[in-house]
Order: sequence, then structure tokens, then C-alpha cells
Amino acid sequence: MSNNRRISFRNPADESFSTKLVLVCLSLVFLGFFLFLPLVVVFVEAFRKGGEAYYEALAEPDAWAAIRLTLTVAAIAVPLNLIFGLAASWAIAKFEFKGKAFLITLIDLPFSISPVISGLVYVLLFGTGSLLGPWLKSYGIEILFAVPGIVLATVFVTFPFVARELIPLMQDQGTGDEEAALSLGASGWQTFWYVTLPNIKWGLLYGVLLCNARAMGEFGAVSVVSGRIRGLTNTMPLHVEILYNEYNMVAAFAVASLLALLALVTLALKTFLELRFGAGNAGGRH
Amino acid sequence: MEVKINNIRKEFDRFAALREVSLNIASGELIALLGPSGSGKTTLLRLIAGLDFPTAGQIFFGQEDASHHSVQDRNVGFVFQHYALFRHMTVAQNIGFGLKVRPSATRPPKSEIKKRVSDLLDMVQLSGLENRYPNQLSGGQRQRVALARAMAIEPRILLLDEPFGALDAKVRKELRRWLREFHDRTGHTTVFVTHDQEEALELADRVVVMSQGKIEQVGSADDVYDRPQSPFVFSFIGESSHLPVEVKDGTVLFQGEPIGISGTADAAGDLFFRPEDVVLTDDREALSGKVTASRRLAGTRIAEIDIANNGHDPFHVEVEVPLHAPIELGSEARFRPTRWKIFPK
Repeated sequence: MSNNRRISFRNPADESFSTKLVLVCLSLVFLGFFLFLPLVVVFVEAFRKGGEAYYEALAEPDAWAAIRLTLTVAAIAVPLNLIFGLAASWAIAKFEFKGKAFLITLIDLPFSISPVISGLVYVLLFGTGSLLGPWLKSYGIEILFAVPGIVLATVFVTFPFVARELIPLMQDQGTGDEEAALSLGASGWQTFWYVTLPNIKWGLLYGVLLCNARAMGEFGAVSVVSGRIRGLTNTMPLHVEILYNEYNMVAAFAVASLLALLALVTLALKTFLELRFGAGNAGGRH
Repeated sequence: MEVKINNIRKEFDRFAALREVSLNIASGELIALLGPSGSGKTTLLRLIAGLDFPTAGQIFFGQEDASHHSVQDRNVGFVFQHYALFRHMTVAQNIGFGLKVRPSATRPPKSEIKKRVSDLLDMVQLSGLENRYPNQLSGGQRQRVALARAMAIEPRILLLDEPFGALDAKVRKELRRWLREFHDRTGHTTVFVTHDQEEALELADRVVVMSQGKIEQVGSADDVYDRPQSPFVFSFIGESSHLPVEVKDGTVLFQGEPIGISGTADAAGDLFFRPEDVVLTDDREALSGKVTASRRLAGTRIAEIDIANNGHDPFHVEVEVPLHAPIELGSEARFRPTRWKIFPK
């Protein structure tokens, strides 16, 4: 039996063209509907009454105060978590000690509990009915419904990001390079500065980026502790909600567009870092 | 620099990695720590370096008690098993690192560091690769960069952890010879760890054979091969077979029968012999067994012989036979050790 039909060899893991088409279309529709469309809506709504209204909404003193507060909170929370993340992952990756598994679980805690509860914890800790609150107040220190409370809640919610990024990286690298540096006469600081830090810098930057994005965008925990005093304890996400509840759509979406822009910049930086990092290392674990 | 190790003990979470180890290393010596994995050889090397600290005992560098000195203060050159080169630094930066991190009082000027780095690169025959990164080098080149980096700090002793472990067989042989020459040229006291007996016997002035956290024997290649002092050394170094025997009135008895060799102390023991230290014989007083296999090995032939054991699993021995010896599979072979050692039970 002669058979001139060409036998096509296909990769066993490959799918037929129609299957691929369906899968790709499905993902595109889904992405377009749930991600792209809302993003477009944010910008369309923000510019509905023209560029001038957009600019006015952002230049308004309360909006400006919210932007400043958000930046301030991130400027405090991110460096704190950078230091904490470095210290925790250093300890976990390079040393053996009792309770290590417990510490790792503890670091994940903010990921696993609702942000609202994180906020409530601080209310219980520093509120008027608590022990600490009135005591601190007698020294003139306000935590709740003030900037310190917002910073605390933000630090709590964002603290896993840097540590989670660094722990697997540092565990993977082990202590060989550090031992080599020490044997060559380097001090502890020199070893950290010249050897450890360069080895983890991209992972660290990536963690900081994610941490920052979350710090600026955090709503739940912050909304519980802030008290939402306009111009004083309102962050950008809270301000968006207030404007929205007042049916001030243009202003709400204008501020929201800034947050969206921040997300897009973070995404671009993250992609850039992943390229720099080479395949695999930059994560995608979140 | 001579190194003296006094009754060192090292425990990890109650597991004794080293028990009462003592060793004297003469200045300029090339010493191999040889043993199977888990014998404590790497632990001993790390203790000498100061990367770990002993649970008990002392380590002297010359007259100075270095037991509690940090790795930085000991000034030792350590070459790690996987080299631990700094991947974000060039070859030149790697080699110069130990000089760059010195406190400003003792740090050489930049031009001096540069000169030293290029001298070291000359010494390890890697000139021209200054600006490469470690991942652009072959395994053998990385190994030599690691060595140059360790030498840059002018160490008092040089310590190498499985220096050829990560290399392929051919490069391994070349580098082995090269390291011996390098040692003879620089005259550094050198200690290296290996699990490869060929490497240890060929390269070292003295071999330290270790097992289960203890030193079994210290000696030259001839000593440990020809005069093993323990059953472990006899069976770990080279090929050997062993049989349970008894010595009575100066005669060695196997299964109650004399086998034509003599012993000294009257007691039960284990008879050890090497395949090459055996002759075939027609004498009635000899070992005899059934040939189960024979294989050609370069210039000789190795016969595998099973000796009956009263219904239990037979004793399995290997003997070297002349190429033209009348050995047939399944036939009976009679032989007698010409050199042997009996370790009392």
C-alpha cells in the first residue's frame, strides 16, 4: 500500500492549532474584561471633564495631603521592612537555630490574615480602652487615628515581601561565599557589603518594589486605624473612597489614576528586573 | 608553618564528628586527609582553618595557640570544594579581594595590589584572564583562580577541600601534577582533603587515613599501602581480601587446617592479603576454592574464588594469577598468600 501522505511529527506536549486558539482567546477575553477594561475606565473617567478638571482634582489641598501622606508612609514603611527583611532572611538562610520554622510561618502571617484584622489589632492595642493607648496619650503620643498608626499598620501588612523574596535566594546561595570572604580576612561588614549584598541585590530590589506597591495601595488595615481625617490621616486609597462616596467621580478617578500609574510603573520595573535577573530568579511567587 | 593538633574533639548536636584527634604537621609538608564520607576529614580541615571551632582540644600554629582565633586572624588560605569564587567580581577582583579588605594601615596601594594580582595570575598560568568573570572560565581555571586568591593573602598554611572533586578525570590528573609542582615551588605547608586514595597516595608526602572521626594511620604512601596498621586501612587502601583464621603454635589455621603460613601471637584473628601477594601452589597446605570468575586487568588476570564455608555463604576472595596460569571457571584453585597481615579479633 503506497501512502504519500506526509507524516507530521509533533511534539507530544504540543496542542493542535484550534486548542491553542481557544486557550489564547479565552485568556485574552478574560484579561481584557477583568484587567484591561477597568484600567481604561479609570483613565477615561478621570479625564471625563478634561485635563483641567483632572489637574484641579489633584491640586486640591486634601488630595495633595493624601498624596504626601501616602509617600511619607511608604518612605518610612519600606526602609523598615527592607532592614527587617534582610535581617530575617539572613538569620534564616545562614544560621541554624531552634524555632526557625516557626519564624518562617510568622513572617507569612500578614499574608494569611485579613488586612482589616491587622488594623483591628492595632485598635485593640492602642485604642482608648487599651492599656498602652491612654499611657502613651499621657505623654502626648498619638498612635491611633494619626500617622504613627498608619505607618504601623502598613509595616505590618507589607513586612513579608522582602523577606519572602530573599529567604529562598539566600538559602540557595548558602554560606560558601561568605566563608571564602572571611577566610580572606574580610570583616563581617565587608563580607556583607562586598559579597552578600551584590549576590542578592536584584532579589532585594524586586522585594522592595513589591513592598512599596503594597505600602502605597494598602486600604483595609489603614482604613481601620486612620480615622480618615481629611487632610491629616487620609491616604490615597482612602481618599479615593471618600471622593467616590461623595459622587465626585472625576476627582475619585483622578486620584485612582495616580495609583494605577504607580502599579503600571511597578509592573514595568518588575519586568525589567526579571529580564536582568535571567530566568527564574525574580520570582513570580506572589 | 608547623601545625600541631592536640586531642581535638568536635561534636555537632552530640554527634561526635571527631574524637580525640592528634596530628603534627611539619613545616612545608604536603598532607592528605583521606577517608570515606563521614570520616571527619573535612571537619578537621575546617577546624584548622577556623571556620569551625573544636568542642575540646587545641590547635597550635607554630608556638601560638590558635584554637580560639577567628578565621580572619589565622591567616590561612582556604580553597573551597566548589571554589566559592565571587561571581560578580572579575578574576582580578577575586584575587585582589583579600588585599583590598585589609585595614588601611596594612593595605597595599592600588598599584601594588594590581602588580601582586598579575604576579599570582602568572604563577597559576592564567595571565590575560584578568577581566573574565568566573562563569566564563572552565572548571580547572576556576580552581586555579581560587588557589591564586587564597595565596594572595600570603597565608601561613594552605588548606584545600576536595580540590579536584568537581573536575573531570583528565583535568584532575593534570591539575594534580601541577599542584605538586606548585607546592614544591612555593614550599607552603599544605593540607588537602580527598576521598580518592589514588590522589592522596600520588600527591601527598604523608597520608592521614581517617574513619569515623578517628585517625587510623598516618604515613607515607608506602607505609599505608604496604604496612597498614588496622583492618580498616588494609581494606580501604587498595584491593584486599580477608578470612577468619586462628593461630596455634605459630601456625595459621583456616577452618582448623594449616594453610602453609605462620603467625606470631596465638589467637583468633582476620587474615588480610592483597590480590597481588598470592601464589598458586600444588601444596596440600594451602587455601583452596572454586574459581567463579576471572577478568583481564591490564598486564594480569584477576581470579575470583569462592571458598566453601560449611554450608554458609562462601568466603569470596580475589587473587592475581599469571596470564598463562591454568585457571578455568568452575575448577579448583589452590593458593597461598606470600605477604599477609593478621589482625587479632
